[in-house]
Amino acid sequence: MSEIPGDLKFNKSHEWARIEDGGLVRVGISDHAQGQLGDLVYVELPEIGSSVKAGGAAAVVESVKAASDIYSPVSGEVVEVNETLNDKPETINEDAWGEGWIYVVRISDRAELDQLLDAGAYEELVENEDH
Amino acid sequence: MTEKTVLNATHRALGARMVDFGGWDMPINYGSQIEEHHAVRRDAGMFDVSHMTVVDLHGARSKDFLRHLVANSVEKLKAHGKALYTCMLNEQGGVIDDLIVYFLGDEHYRLVVNAATRAKDLAWIEKQAAAFGVEVKERPEFAMIAVQGPNARAKVLGLLHEVDRPRIEKLGKFAAAAAQGPHGMPLFVARTGYTGEDGFEIIVPANHAVALWEALAAAGVVPAGLGARDTLRLEAGMNLYGQDMDETVSPWEANLGWTIALDEGRDFIGRAALEKQKADGVKRVMVGLVLDEKGVLRHGQKVLTANGEGEILSGSFAPTLEKAVAFARIPAGEPGAVRVDIRGRELPVRLVKYPFVRDGKPCEGI
Repeated sequence: MSEIPGDLKFNKSHEWARIEDGGLVRVGISDHAQGQLGDLVYVELPEIGSSVKAGGAAAVVESVKAASDIYSPVSGEVVEVNETLNDKPETINEDAWGEGWIYVVRISDRAELDQLLDAGAYEELVENEDH
Repeated sequence: MTEKTVLNATHRALGARMVDFGGWDMPINYGSQIEEHHAVRRDAGMFDVSHMTVVDLHGARSKDFLRHLVANSVEKLKAHGKALYTCMLNEQGGVIDDLIVYFLGDEHYRLVVNAATRAKDLAWIEKQAAAFGVEVKERPEFAMIAVQGPNARAKVLGLLHEVDRPRIEKLGKFAAAAAQGPHGMPLFVARTGYTGEDGFEIIVPANHAVALWEALAAAGVVPAGLGARDTLRLEAGMNLYGQDMDETVSPWEANLGWTIALDEGRDFIGRAALEKQKADGVKRVMVGLVLDEKGVLRHGQKVLTANGEGEILSGSFAPTLEKAVAFARIPAGEPGAVRVDIRGRELPVRLVKYPFVRDGKPCEGI
């Protein structure tokens, strides 16, 4: 598994959040999560302009094996979605931390960020899951 | 307690993702499940199927016993080594299991039954066998490796003793024969499979299984997990016991009518129920579905037809077709425009005749 980027924050359910300029937060799933899911074949993206809630289902990723909800790490309005995933859902398998991002939210409550795990805590969570 | 095949450590050393399958710790994939699927469609892949149960029947009345036990007719088995796919039914005509019967002599047949149904199958077979004085002997000392794909046979043939090669090369489909493998290991080589590709299923003594696996790997056969096995068999239009049929479903309702032999004067278990069901009209049918839109058909999704609701049995993304396909059981009759409910959205699907894929290529109309 590739190293967990130190600038990311995490849900216990394996979504990551990257804080960007202008109150934007980019969301994806961890490399560990894509490995567990296996080959992804379909991603149901949220609609631009829709609002998502922290902990609420915002998108769906489907692997050959199963469909999984993606729970938003933060609340806010969806301002951008990764259209590449419509044709190349496997981008998440190939680069979960980067090109495989899913959507970008304009965050409505910055305090929610404090509720998320940092990279070290997430790494510990994954290690405990593996054993 | 989870059981392990003799190849368990081999799978783990290859980095396989392991899952519980019918009480067995089995590899679901080694790397990319889709690449494993394509390896079988385009070249050659191998599966550890040692969890499946081999049962030998011995006795003067073995044939009479099988005429009674299974819905297909073992009278079709004339040549030594010939195989027959059949269902074993209860009195209500429900499927206890599907299995392969090999003819190894008038007094010797070999059955290969599913792993998840092992205990109930053995109990049922033993109970029925008593009246025929047939000995039922499980063969746990065997492992089994399925080698499948357009190049599978050639790769296996290269590993056999020279004197056996021409004979095994000529082995017809759905037939088996003994042969010597690497280091003289004794093999039972059957030209059968569960992928829609040509190939062999090889029964090997467990103590030789790792050596055979390694010889196959050295010959360029790619390890493939149960994940790929599932998408391959679905594309090939083959049922999975427990998902596509069970004891509440008759072969008529599982598209297995072709395996029922209503031959004159043979009183097999479940026959009366099957004949009644046929005379009354079968109420549910199993059909193939293709989703042309984006999304994935999955087990348990609701299918909406003009005659009422049905349900998806096996459903998955089909790597060869790059779209989702499924088996569904729906009410009999003209179904009209069929839709599937995926997370509250109704998506149109096409009803098709399956198999979806055969010998590496999509079938016509898929």
